[in-house]
Amino acid sequence: MYFGESIATAFGTLRSNRLRSFLTVLSVAIGVFSIIAVMTSLGALQYSIEGGLSALGANTFQVQKYDNQHGGGPGWQAHARNRKDITYEQGLAVVERTRGVKHIGLEVWKFGVEVRWRSKKTDPNVSIAGETPDGLPTNQWEIDQGRGLTQSDLDLTRKVVVLGSDLAQALFPPSYNPVGEMVSLGGVHYKVIGTVAPQGGLFGNQDRYFIIPITTFFERYGKNRSIHIMVQAESRENFDAVQDEVIGVLRAVRDVPPGEDNDFAIFSNESLIRQFNETTYYVKIGTMAIAAVALLAAGIGIMNIMLVSVTERTREIGIRKAVGATRHSIVSQFLFESVVISLLGGLIGIMLGLAAGNVLAMVLEIGPVVDVGWIAVGIVACCFVGVAFGTYPAWKASNLDPIDALRYE
Amino acid sequence: MPIIHIKDVVKNYDMGAELVHALSGVSLDIEANEYVAIMGPSGSGKSTLMNVVGCLDTPTSGLYDFEGQNVGDLNDNELAEIRNRKIGFVFQTFNLLPRSTALHNVELPLIYAGVPSHLRREKAEKALREVGLGDRMTHKPNELSGGQRQRVAVARALVNDPSIILADEPTGNLDSKTGIEIMQLFSDLHGEGNTIILVTHEEDIAAHAHRIIRLFDGKIASDEKVEKPLIYEH
Repeated sequence: MYFGESIATAFGTLRSNRLRSFLTVLSVAIGVFSIIAVMTSLGALQYSIEGGLSALGANTFQVQKYDNQHGGGPGWQAHARNRKDITYEQGLAVVERTRGVKHIGLEVWKFGVEVRWRSKKTDPNVSIAGETPDGLPTNQWEIDQGRGLTQSDLDLTRKVVVLGSDLAQALFPPSYNPVGEMVSLGGVHYKVIGTVAPQGGLFGNQDRYFIIPITTFFERYGKNRSIHIMVQAESRENFDAVQDEVIGVLRAVRDVPPGEDNDFAIFSNESLIRQFNETTYYVKIGTMAIAAVALLAAGIGIMNIMLVSVTERTREIGIRKAVGATRHSIVSQFLFESVVISLLGGLIGIMLGLAAGNVLAMVLEIGPVVDVGWIAVGIVACCFVGVAFGTYPAWKASNLDPIDALRYE
Repeated sequence: MPIIHIKDVVKNYDMGAELVHALSGVSLDIEANEYVAIMGPSGSGKSTLMNVVGCLDTPTSGLYDFEGQNVGDLNDNELAEIRNRKIGFVFQTFNLLPRSTALHNVELPLIYAGVPSHLRREKAEKALREVGLGDRMTHKPNELSGGQRQRVAVARALVNDPSIILADEPTGNLDSKTGIEIMQLFSDLHGEGNTIILVTHEEDIAAHAHRIIRLFDGKIASDEKVEKPLIYEH
C-alpha cells in the first residue's frame, strides 16, 4: 500500500544527501565487490582449467604412477616413492582385459626437446608423446590433415609423426600442408603423416606435441619409464564400472595384495576439478570471511546513517504520524530505505566485481563468466544487512511520540 | 450525538521530580458543524486538550468519546486510523514535508488511508483547488509563501473529508493580512458544513468562531456562544 511512497521517499532521501548516501553505498559495494570479484576469478580459472582438461575428454580417466601432487604428505615417502613403474606390458594387459571402453590408449612422455625442419628450429619446448593409436582420441586430438597413428606404425616401429597444431604452425609457413615432409628430432628424421586440429588451452602453447608410435619412442629412448593409461568409457553410466575394472586388472598384474592401497593413481576431469576445488576452498572461505567483515562494517555504517536520518527527519515522522501513519508504515519506510542503500551498494559491487573477475577471463581467453549463484548470495547478503542494521533505526523512528516529533526543531 | 464528548478528562505528565497537571477535569461536548475556539494563556492546558482531542495523546483518566467511540480503549494503530480518517490537522508551523510538492503533501493522508493512486491524485487536486492553489500544485513548500503553505496544510486537512478540522494557532506564523485570508478560508469551510476547532491565544482570531471555550490552569473557565461571529466580506 505504501510501497510506492516508500520507494519515492527512499530515493528522495538518497538524492538529497548525495555524498553521505554515496559513501554508505560504497562501503556495501566494497564488501560485495570482494566476494564477486574473487568468486568470478575463481570461476574463470575453473572454466579455463576445465577447458584445458577437455584434453581429457568426456568420460575419460588416466592412470599413472604418481598423484599430480606427489611429494605432499608424510605417507608419501614410505609408500609412493618406491612404486614400481607402470610398464608397457602391464598397459597392454589392461588394454586386453578391460571391456566397455570406447578407447583405451597407452602413452609415454618426454618434455623439452627441439624439432627442426629444413633450416627452421623450434625452441626446446616441444613434448614427445609416444602413443598407441587409441591414445589420440583419448587426448581429444582430432586429425586435421593427413592421418593418425595405426597399429602397423607401431608394429613396424615406423619413424612417423603427427604434429600438434602449434608445433606445425611454428615450423611451417601458414597454410602449408606439412604432410609428407621430413622433420628431425635429435638427429633422427621422422615423416609427418598428419596434424592435430588446434585445441587452445590455458597457457597458450599447449599444442606443441610431437606424436610418434609408442614403440618408436621405446626404441629411441628406452623402455625404462612409466607409461600412462588413458581410458575413455563408452558412457557416463559405465564410467565407474570401467574404472573399477581397470583398477582390478592393474592390481592383479602388479600383484597388489588385497587390502593394500593402489600403487598407482587415477585422474579424471572430475578428480582434477575436485583437486582444484579443494585448493580454492580455503581461498573462498577466506574471501567470505573478509567480505563478511566488510559487510559488517558497511552494516554499521548503514545503521549510523539511518540513525542520523531518523533524527534529522523527526519532524517528518511527526507529520506522517499526525496524518495517520501507523508504526508499521514508519518501520517499513525506514527499513525500505536501508535496504535500498545496501541493495544499491550490492548491485554496484556485483557489477564491478563481475568486471574485475572477467579481466582474468579475458586474459585466459575464455567467455565471460557470470556466476548467478554468487550474485544471488551477494543480493541476499545485502538484503540481510539492510534489514539487520536498519531495524533498530526504523524501530526508533516508529516509536517517536508524534507530539514531541512535531515540536522537534 | 455530539462528535466529541469529553467528561472529566485529566491529563498528568510525569516529569520525574514532579507531576504536572495539564488538564484537571475537563468536560465538554462539540456537535457537528460547530466552530469552536479554545483559548487560554500558555500553560493553561489548551495544547494538551488539543492533543487529546486530536488523538495524538490519550487522557490519564476520564472519558473521551469520538463519534461514540471511547478513545481510551484504542491502540496505537486505531488512533492512527482515527487521525487519518476523522481529523484534519492544521499547525502553526504548517508542518509540510519540505522536499515534496504541494500535491504530494496533500496526498499524504490518502496514501496512509490506502486510496489508490489515480483517485488520490484526483482528490488532492480537488482539495488544492478548493483552497485556491490550483496553479501551485507542483510547487514545493520553499517555493510558496507562508499563506500558500498554510493553504496547502488546510487542503491536506480537508482531503480525507474529516469529521473535525483541528487548527492549532493557524495564523501564528502569518502576517495579519494573510492571517485574515486563512480565517476567511475557515469561515468558508464552516459554511460548507465542516466542524472546526481552533486553538488560539489571540482574541481577534477567536472572534471568528461561534463558540469560545476559555481554559485556565487545566480547567474550563468559561464556555460561551459568540453572538456575532466576525465574518469578512468577500
